[in-house]
Amino acid sequence: MGVEIFAISTDSRFSHKIWQEEELSKMVEGGVPFPMLSDAGGRVGTIYGVYDEEAGVDIRGRFLIDPDFNIRAMEVMTPEVGRNVMELIRQIKAFQHVRATGEVTPAGWQPGKATLTPGPELAGKVWKIWKPDQAF
Amino acid sequence: MAEKSEGCVKPSKGPILSTPEGESNAPVPVKEVSMVQARVGKPAPDFELSAFVNGGFGNIKLSDYKGKWIVICFYPGDFTFV
Repeated sequence: MGVEIFAISTDSRFSHKIWQEEELSKMVEGGVPFPMLSDAGGRVGTIYGVYDEEAGVDIRGRFLIDPDFNIRAMEVMTPEVGRNVMELIRQIKAFQHVRATGEVTPAGWQPGKATLTPGPELAGKVWKIWKPDQAF
Repeated sequence: MAEKSEGCVKPSKGPILSTPEGESNAPVPVKEVSMVQARVGKPAPDFELSAFVNGGFGNIKLSDYKGKWIVICFYPGDFTFV
């Protein structure tokens, strides 16, 4: 899919190094393959809307940015619930498909499923192409 | 130019905020508005941060990756468990 991934927390780069060496490398052979950035003070988290001033940390937030440097998708959660990586991958594939074809992807779209071609002809005719069970 | 050695404390640039042309040295006007600039469909706020990358230390500037698909993931802290 050709995606650059960056992880960011308010921890220092030294903490990142030890976490990688002591724990992450035991989960993923060779450690996680993406840079781990240090947002000390939460200044970047603040402009992304994920910095929790009371806790002093960046909460869980994920942002997908397209090649024109525009944000396409974001998901922000309080820390207790982890992410769904498959949903992120689905969104990346969907946005890449839209960018490549001009088609749009209805609810529940997965690679290989039907897409829609927006335009006046489609208005009122979506029901012919897309059924609610395709949302699941 | 010789590369500077890595000290314990290294300032990172943090957010790279655009300033109106001709006012780059003017004091930033105080505005009582949300600092949040991240919006879907709008340009990603740029930043440069120090990083642990490829086993060493370096800086990452987001706009250096313009032209690629990028995912940035904020998380609450190293050694957390979710």
